[in-house]
Amino acid sequence: MAVALGLQQLGRQVTVFDEGDRAFRASRGNFGLVWVQGKGAKLTDYARWTRQSADLWPAFAEELREAAGVDVELTQPGGIDIFLSDDEAEAGVKRLQGLSAALDGDYPFEYLGHNALKRLVPEIGPDVVGATYSPMDGHLNPLYMLRALYAAFRRAGGQIDSGGTVQQIEPLGTGFRLQAGGNMIHADKVVLCAGLGNARLAPMVGLDAPVEPLRGQVMVCERIRPFLKFPSVQVRQVGEGAVQIGDSHEDVGFDDASTPRVISQIAHRAVRIYPLLEHVRMVRSWGSLRVMSPDGHPIYDRSVQCPGASLVTCHSGVTLAAAHAKILARWIAEDQQPEFVESFSAKRFDVRQVA
Amino acid sequence: MPSASTFARLPDGPAEDITILFNGEAVRARSGDTVAAALIAAGHRITRTTPVSGTGRGPYCMMGACFECLVEIDGEPNRQGCMVQVRDGMRIDAMSGARKLAEGNP
Amino acid sequence: MTGRVQLAVIGAGPAGMAAAVEAANCGASVVLIDEQPAPGGQIYRAITSAARPGKAILGDDYENGAKLTDTLAASTVDHWTATTVWQVTPEREIYMTRDGASHRITADAIVIANGATERPMPFPGWTLPGVMTAGAGQILLKTAGLVPQAGLVLAGSGPLLFLIAAQYLRAGGAIEALVETTPRSNYRTALRHLPGALRTPGYLRKGLGLLAELRKHKVRHVKTATRLQAVGDGRLQALRFSRAGRQHEIACTTLMLHIGVVPNVQITRALNLPHDWDALQRCWRPRRDADGATELDGIFLAGDGAGIGGAVVAELEGRIAGLASARALGTLETGKAEARLAAERSRLAQEMAPRPFLDALYAPSPEFLAPPDDTIVCRCEEVTAGQIRSYVGLGCIGPNQTKSFGRSGMGPCQGRLCGLTVSEIIASETARPMAEVGYYRIRPPIKPVTLGELAALHDDQAAAADRSLENAS
Repeated sequence: MAVALGLQQLGRQVTVFDEGDRAFRASRGNFGLVWVQGKGAKLTDYARWTRQSADLWPAFAEELREAAGVDVELTQPGGIDIFLSDDEAEAGVKRLQGLSAALDGDYPFEYLGHNALKRLVPEIGPDVVGATYSPMDGHLNPLYMLRALYAAFRRAGGQIDSGGTVQQIEPLGTGFRLQAGGNMIHADKVVLCAGLGNARLAPMVGLDAPVEPLRGQVMVCERIRPFLKFPSVQVRQVGEGAVQIGDSHEDVGFDDASTPRVISQIAHRAVRIYPLLEHVRMVRSWGSLRVMSPDGHPIYDRSVQCPGASLVTCHSGVTLAAAHAKILARWIAEDQQPEFVESFSAKRFDVRQVA
Repeated sequence: MPSASTFARLPDGPAEDITILFNGEAVRARSGDTVAAALIAAGHRITRTTPVSGTGRGPYCMMGACFECLVEIDGEPNRQGCMVQVRDGMRIDAMSGARKLAEGNP
Repeated sequence: MTGRVQLAVIGAGPAGMAAAVEAANCGASVVLIDEQPAPGGQIYRAITSAARPGKAILGDDYENGAKLTDTLAASTVDHWTATTVWQVTPEREIYMTRDGASHRITADAIVIANGATERPMPFPGWTLPGVMTAGAGQILLKTAGLVPQAGLVLAGSGPLLFLIAAQYLRAGGAIEALVETTPRSNYRTALRHLPGALRTPGYLRKGLGLLAELRKHKVRHVKTATRLQAVGDGRLQALRFSRAGRQHEIACTTLMLHIGVVPNVQITRALNLPHDWDALQRCWRPRRDADGATELDGIFLAGDGAGIGGAVVAELEGRIAGLASARALGTLETGKAEARLAAERSRLAQEMAPRPFLDALYAPSPEFLAPPDDTIVCRCEEVTAGQIRSYVGLGCIGPNQTKSFGRSGMGPCQGRLCGLTVSEIIASETARPMAEVGYYRIRPPIKPVTLGELAALHDDQAAAADRSLENAS
């Protein structure tokens, strides 16, 4: 939706094809972090790209408020990554140090031991060893973001076709013919943003999207009066007061169930981090399927074989939404070549090229 | 504030034999009552305000489905009043919006 | 309380009690799990209590419940009261809360008999304190002996409305008015089903008897009311409605609503079982066969939770599911089971005969299925019908999409009070059938559970895993 909104705002006439009500939708299961810290340890351009998007977010949120009348509740107070053992802490700090070195020191973060962290976050429990804090991080309400993107897109004149799954894309001399839910549609250009569905669609237009599902289980608790100042990878409090806790990484294929065993493990960890959550009730838990490429980074490509077709897939759709709407859309629409984008071609997975 | 109760107990049933506190005020109740029933019997029809808009709500389904009768019972927030039986001396408070975490917390 | 049982029955209403007793009498080890402190379900609520009102007020049908609770007490069934199930897995694990702690058992077979809930009856003002369901009124009467003395209006449609009116009158209560919303056209539709209903005339006779009681007490009885609105400053003060083109207002402090009951599908939905749309009863029914068996091995359904039939039907379905699960467990021989199942099925068919007539006569008025824009439909998150319609305008075609957009169904009640309404609104806005629009994806827990309880479960599992490692080494 971010790409579609960006394209529509650039004056293109965009139609989004959307699947049915119970489709696997990573965007609906999202945790809602706008997160920089720790990302891109293996691909420095991913760290840069992520940070650029986080920097674009305040203006983008303001734009969504004006265009859609929806407040996505963005706050960027900095975020903490909390460690429950010395090993975890050591690995976390080492990762951030590596990133900082790769980025010539332009990577603000600090490690806070238990006592220092306790001054900043008095709610932590005795099992917490420490945390890394970075002012780059923040969060928003991912459901409001989704609604804002839809509303802004519609108000800009975009079309949404909820008629069903796109079954077939056929490249023509100029343009493409799409088959979706029994209808045939012609388009000059095609952008594949179908998440896990990209794996099936990409080869139809000479592209490659080696993405696989990785289940994450998340739970949400009853509303509590605001008490958590800083979001963390493990626990965050959303604007309306609900506390979200996650998340697991499970390679279970296309199964988005939630399981009591994993949920109780997540709860166990959460209570160790913040013991005062012990009496708080979980009201809902769910599994959602992340869209993972082999290295976990986004894939952006334009088809050489079928000009006019391009591909966008990632698993950090919230953090990257601002960059997708403001930068990537230009690359797709106007053939601009922004920084970093070429680092994310699926060619990086091509064994022959690496060898 | 309660208004005069518009419900009466059946005359041949057991008497109200215990006392509970609602928002600090003594309320007579009958052993075996649920918290929600005891409050309705005493004329307390608004038993919480919502976390979204702060408007008043009261018991609606009395069978554990609707979560409208959420109250704080002996310091524990967001209990379903229709699913808990009264005990003598029980301290019940209306939920005022979203729950607090614990004593001393916001 | 962990471990393995042969049969776990969830819900101690007529279906659950009958299923548990039947299977136990076949020799199965049975636990019966229920949220209430005593057996009976909602229909026979407080039946074992010495303090409850007598037969002269509640009537003969209610007294039937005592037979069931007597057989339950005489059986080997292990009845866990005040126990709340919060998750059932396809592997037949049951997670539940009792005395503030969570427990897990694994059962070889499960009968889900969790009954019905009142169909939501949304209209402007239905969230005001003082508005409650007619079922709530009955629970207040049965458990606490509470009878309204002033300011009561009953509104809606269906036999329960007449029953509770009659019970209140017998108990010396006062009723300002009974405002019926049954559309005139329902009578014509129902007429077609009258011959079938006359095969089991008891229900109709009882209904006419209740109406006669109302007339005898000269209760104001308004028919074909539309455009209901509850008004009041912070709490209920009056009910407004239209009739024959004119506005009316009746002052009241208690408004009891009823437009039928619908299956409580929280557990079956969370299990991801297939559900079919019942166009006549206008509700979802979890799919099961004639024995109550679902597509999940060893999981059976019985009673109103699987489709509305009332207490007697629920009891018969409970027996059938109890026998079928005993057969599946091997404690009842197949040949014997068949003969007994056949007998119960034929009684069931007889009892079901009046249903189409009743369902057609008391089909809910469309104004409560897809209410006006200014009606709150999701009571927990305070989402209005108008907001749901605006999300449809943004491209949402199903309830899970509108849930993402506006949080309807995300509160503690988990969509129990808005699920049907939201889907009906989307169906009507997009002109698509309910079967295609679908329902919320219900996620565990079925009831909220504390993180402390969950964390303790993890400790237990970790300890068990350690033990099994030690044993292995």
